[in-house]
Order: sequence, then structure tokens, then C-alpha cells
Amino acid sequence: MKLVTAIIKPFKLDDVKVSLENLGIQGLTVTEVSGFGRQRGHTEVYRGAEYTVDLVPKVRIEVLVEAADSAKVVDAVVEAARTGKIGDGKVWVTDVDAVVRVRTGERDEDAV
Amino acid sequence: MLLADAVTPDSGNTAWILASAALVMLMTPGLAFFYGGMVRGKNVLNMLMMNFICLAVVGVLWIFFGFSWSFGASHWGGLIGWTKDFYGLGKPDVLTGVWTSSAKVPILVFAMFQLMFAIITPALISGAIADRVKFWGWTLFVLLWASVVYFPVANWVFGTGWILNKLRAEDFAGGTAVHINAGSAALALVFVLGKRAGWRRDPMRPHNVPFVLLGASLLWFGWYGFNAGSEGAADGTAGLAFTTTTVATCAATLGWLLVEQLRDGKPTTVGAASGAVAGLVAITPACAFVSPLGGIAIGFIAGMLCALAVGLKFRFGFDDALDVVGVHLVGGLTGTILIGFFGFDHGALAGGVEAKRGLFYGGGLALLWVQIIAAASVFAYSFVVTFVIGSIIKALGLLRVSPEAEQVGLDESEHAETAYAFSSVSGGTLTHPSGGAAAASDPARLSGQGV
Repeated sequence: MKLVTAIIKPFKLDDVKVSLENLGIQGLTVTEVSGFGRQRGHTEVYRGAEYTVDLVPKVRIEVLVEAADSAKVVDAVVEAARTGKIGDGKVWVTDVDAVVRVRTGERDEDAV
Repeated sequence: MLLADAVTPDSGNTAWILASAALVMLMTPGLAFFYGGMVRGKNVLNMLMMNFICLAVVGVLWIFFGFSWSFGASHWGGLIGWTKDFYGLGKPDVLTGVWTSSAKVPILVFAMFQLMFAIITPALISGAIADRVKFWGWTLFVLLWASVVYFPVANWVFGTGWILNKLRAEDFAGGTAVHINAGSAALALVFVLGKRAGWRRDPMRPHNVPFVLLGASLLWFGWYGFNAGSEGAADGTAGLAFTTTTVATCAATLGWLLVEQLRDGKPTTVGAASGAVAGLVAITPACAFVSPLGGIAIGFIAGMLCALAVGLKFRFGFDDALDVVGVHLVGGLTGTILIGFFGFDHGALAGGVEAKRGLFYGGGLALLWVQIIAAASVFAYSFVVTFVIGSIIKALGLLRVSPEAEQVGLDESEHAETAYAFSSVSGGTLTHPSGGAAAASDPARLSGQGV
């Protein structure tokens, strides 16, 4: 099993979600996060005082998938989240040792 | 100013002043939101409370002696006022009397209208010292400051005292007594108090800009009572004050945004709100003494000047957190002094206002000179006395919160509250169901009582 984690631009969330649903994904988790990459921050001005906001709002999506599906999921996320401009985010895949579905107690592949 | 009982109140004037009093009351909560939106989220409740407590404290002082000291008879050559019969505001003559022979408004109606001015003036100061003052220390400051600064200065400017009656300066609704007074006090108190931890290093962005514009809009709305109500009657002069108040605020908003566009490249929401307030401040002393075109000029100048003045604190290194000096002191000075240029004689309007001509209307320098003396006097008195009051409270250890309290935020450290409980995962249990130290801290005791 794999965990696909994606950091994307917040306004791309709906596109990514639709494209993952079309792929047959059964569930995902979304978190509002902030951070910076090459995009760095932006500037805000209040009464002439300029602030550099370093940490930009992003959305983190996490999807548990069977190992065989992970490449397809990654491709779908990347395609849906891309604008071509700096700050589009990143996607990575990690190994998962064990999964349990809380309601039924099903384990591993059955629980994904 | 006389006790003329056996005169029937004028119902139209009385209705307008009652409505105006309620309008001006709303300005203090409006100011609380204007300021509250500009502080960081961990201090917003403290900012609201610093304003709200002014209603509570000054409202009580006003009945005991505030009205008497502000609007009582003049003593010591116009330096101080009091009238014994006004203490407690319950004497039969006070309850049945009307305030002036011309406007014929009941004394208590006039007293409630003026109370709202006495409340908002100390509240204005709070923005300068945001994020770092002990709540009860601030409350003590409000009590002392209203008593020895606002009440005497109100007597000088609105009552029987020397600025109105000897110097004969023009301040229709409080450019000196309210705005220069509060702005000067803010500057003095910032010097006593010192900077916030991390000022000029940490980001201290406004946490809720919609609050700022909402608060400014409430201020604008309430300001019609402040300015047009200061006529004391529902007449043509009130209409002129209403008009100049409107157009000066519009022009000041444009002036501030113009400066921002040229200097920063973007017109901001906080700038529009601040420009409106700067215009309201500047037109306050002038609103019945200038023409509508004069009002536009005063507003536009004040909007641009204040937009530039808010940068002074960085140049001179004083942490006037929410720019009380840049907006209220500079705006108040601008309006008070510009009367010396734009003052015009509207002889055609009814109402007991004596209007003198300024420099641009053939009046020469006489009025300008008088305005400068009035502004400088209130500035100096307020600065010195505020410095002393602030220093006493500081010496008592009641002024500044600990560095740890400042770090966690004053909502938690001073009030044991959180403004925005958005997180569903904050956890915790109810440890004292009804308050008091004796309440159960062990959940088992609750179930033992059959809950």
C-alpha cells in the first residue's frame, strides 16, 4: 500500500478531487496548510507598512491506494493541479505498513 | 447655559438630541471594531473591552460629578468648572429644567448627549497602546483621565470655560476637546508605556479587515449625531454640519486612497476606512463653520496628510499601534487650524452659532491665531497631565502586562477567553461548572450528585 501526498494550490482542489473520483478513488483527506517553496511569499501593505507574508496557504491531499494504483493517482493529481506557474506544489508517494478500517476491523488491502 | 425651568422643552429639538445621543453612543462600539480588526487575533477581545469599559466607567462618573465638572459654572478664571446642583443629576431643578433658552432641550437630554462624547474620547486613546496594557490599569487610567483631563477640557471648549468664552476659538463638535485631546494623550501614554515586543520586526498584520471597515462605517453613521447633534437643535445649522460631515468624509477617503496609490501602488481597504475616519475627525471642529466646498477641501487635505502622518511613528520610533496620533491628533489639528482659513460667515442660517471669517473669506489672521492657541493649549495640557497619570499607574505596577502575557496574547492572559473557537479539537473538560474555587475538579463528583 502507498500513501500519495500532494501539496497543491487551494483553488485547484475541486479539479483534483473530480479527477480522482473519475479514477475510482474511494476516499481522500484534505488539510489546509501553509508553507513555502520556490514561490516564496507575497507582499501586503497596511497603512503604508509593507509586510512580506512568507508562508502561503496551500491544500494538502492524502490518498491511500494499493501499490499498483499509485502511479495512476499521481499522474491524475499532477495533471489536474498544474497551472504551469510557480507555486503549483508537489506530489510524493510513501510506503504504508498497515491499514485498519475502524468500523469493520478490516486490514491492509481490504481496508484501502 | 442656564437653568431655565418653567420653560417648556422644544419637542423637535429634544427628539433630535435624544436620537443624536444614541447615535454617538454607537460610535464607541464602532470604534472598538475599527480598532479590534486591526490588532492580532490573540488581542481582539482585549481591544474591544478597552473600549467597552469606557461606557461603563465614564457613564457612572458622569452622574456623580462628570457633568458638573464639564458643564457647571466657571471658576478660577475659566480654568475649571463645577455646579453643586449638578452632582448626582437628581435635583428637582435639574430634572425639570431645560439647557438653553434658545434650543430648549431638557438638561438630562443634553447631559446624556454630552456623556457619549466623554465616553468615546478616552476610548480613542486605547488604539495607541493596544496589545500590552493591563485591563484594570487601563480602567484606572480611564477613570483618572476622564476626571482630570476630559472634564476640564470639555468645560473649556463646550461649557463655561476660557477657550470658548474668553479666547473665543471655534470648535463646533470637539476637534480640540475630543481629537487633539485624545491624540496628544495617546502620544504621551505611548512614551510612558514603550513599544510592543517585536515591533518593527514581527508581522503585526490586522487580523480582520472587514471589522475595520464595519467599524469605520458605524463611526461614520454615529458621527452624524456627534456633529449635527452638536448644534443642540434640529435646524439649518445642523443641516450644514450634516452636509460638511458627509462631503469631508468622502473627500478624505479619496485623498487617503490617492496617497496609497501613488506611494504603495494599491488602494487598500484599511486605507479607505482610515481615510473616512480622518475626514470625520478633521471636519468635527469645522462642520458648522465652513461651506460644503470648504468641507471637501478640509477632508481632502486631512485624508492626504493623515495617510502620510501614519508613517511618522516608524521614523521617530514610537509604537502608536493603531495610529491614534497619525489620525486623531493630526486630523484634529488639521481641522482646527484650517477653520482659520476656511471659516465663513453663514449669516442666513438659523441657530445660535457665531461664525467668524477665516483668512480665505477676508477675516485676516485673527481667527487662525485663535485656533492655533486653542489647539496648542489642549495639546500641551493633555500631554503633560496624561504623562503624569500614566507614570503613576506605571509606578504602581498596573500599566504593562508581563512579557509572557504579551506573548500568549491579552485575550487569554487578561480575560481568560478566546475570540475565535473555530477548532473542534481543542479538547479539555469543564473544571468549575459554576465558578468559584470550591467546584468539583474530579468528574466523579459530578456523577455522584446524580447528574
